[in-house]
Amino acid sequence: MQVDNIEIGTVVDHIKAGQAPKVMRLLGIGDEYPHRVAVVMHVPSKKMKTKDIVKIEGKVVSKERANILALVAPEASVNIIKNGKVEEKYRVKLPEKIEGVGKCPNPKCISNTDARPKFEMEKKQYRCYYCERIFKTEELV
Amino acid sequence: MDLISLRDLDKKTIESIISSAEEIDNGRKVDLKGKILATLFFEPSTRTKLSFQTAALRNSMGYIDFNPEGSSLKKGESFIDTIKVVSGYADVIALRHAEEGTARLAADATDIPVVNGGDGGNQHPTQTLIDLFSIKKTKGRIGGLNVTLLGDLKHARAMRSLLYGLGMFGADVTLIAPEGLAMEEDYVEQVRKKFDIKITLKKEPDYNTDVLYVCRIQEERFIDPYEAKRVTEKFKVKKEDLKGAKEDLVILHPLPKINEIDTRIDEMGQAKYFEQAHYGVPVRQAVLEYVLR
Repeated sequence: MQVDNIEIGTVVDHIKAGQAPKVMRLLGIGDEYPHRVAVVMHVPSKKMKTKDIVKIEGKVVSKERANILALVAPEASVNIIKNGKVEEKYRVKLPEKIEGVGKCPNPKCISNTDARPKFEMEKKQYRCYYCERIFKTEELV
Repeated sequence: MDLISLRDLDKKTIESIISSAEEIDNGRKVDLKGKILATLFFEPSTRTKLSFQTAALRNSMGYIDFNPEGSSLKKGESFIDTIKVVSGYADVIALRHAEEGTARLAADATDIPVVNGGDGGNQHPTQTLIDLFSIKKTKGRIGGLNVTLLGDLKHARAMRSLLYGLGMFGADVTLIAPEGLAMEEDYVEQVRKKFDIKITLKKEPDYNTDVLYVCRIQEERFIDPYEAKRVTEKFKVKKEDLKGAKEDLVILHPLPKINEIDTRIDEMGQAKYFEQAHYGVPVRQAVLEYVLR
């Protein structure tokens, strides 16, 4: 399968096979997204056997936003493309703080109705800023 | 300065509030004349609300009260807007709400101090301060005591806060709950690790302890009312159960108590829960002084 090279944009590579839809959701890629996006899923990978890739044309995703992808794709790598070349490449890392992304699994938490979700990392898990409960990374998405 | 969660307080600050409450209980006057407390209780309350209002009056303050049933919330006004409006009328807010995290949200929305009077099953820090004060007052210390928490430890927010407070002061804690009503394991583990205290989990009541802290089955937080009724009917501390208990045992309860304590226990010298409720006033006077100064 061939996907065109891009001049400027972001390529999220090494996404665990099948996780691309979650990655897209965390990046806010939906019906109204203004950029061209290519998604390939279950492609062969030397490192991972199979993997997903998300390629966004014309949009450089910030490191802060990209690191949130570690919630669903901890092995993902991000390539920032400028002038058709890889300008920066890094592996995503769980952020210390998360704001406005994810959902508190506690149905009684105010962040599910009147406040934006907000979490702080505590011993490799996340504490909800509002209800103070601690959750595993994968529970937030 | 807000008081939202016990996690926001260090041991030194708690000791200072307890010590202020002790001074106030012994006659020290607090003069906060001209300051106004707003009590915003979105959930029913007797002791917390009345003792906050009494504490304000004893501190020479005034208070305004809010009834959600007769307010603009009924017209669709948001929680945040309500907080912002009240902030212009009062100098401090005491807040109770069923949803967890509301006190934190309110504190972020206003510049005046917010005191959490209970947010769902999360925190009730002033109750914990009263509990710690009551233990200190009746037993002379907190650290090294064996404190048994007995009852609905799953739903009672006061128990979560109290376990944290007891951990901070180095008490040994025994947790006893009817089946299905145990405190969340992860939370117990967090407290155990954070403070390196001994926490014992039991299913059957054991009254060989220094402090027996009983809390009611929180029927209103059950999904199935029949299940709530079934558990409530089975759960009761009887006078006979305390035969082998220590003479200087102290029995506490955050109240209201329904059927979980035999009324004959009320007459026993070991029962200190009415004194504990009265301590709500000096402790909340000290809290108001702490957040306003």
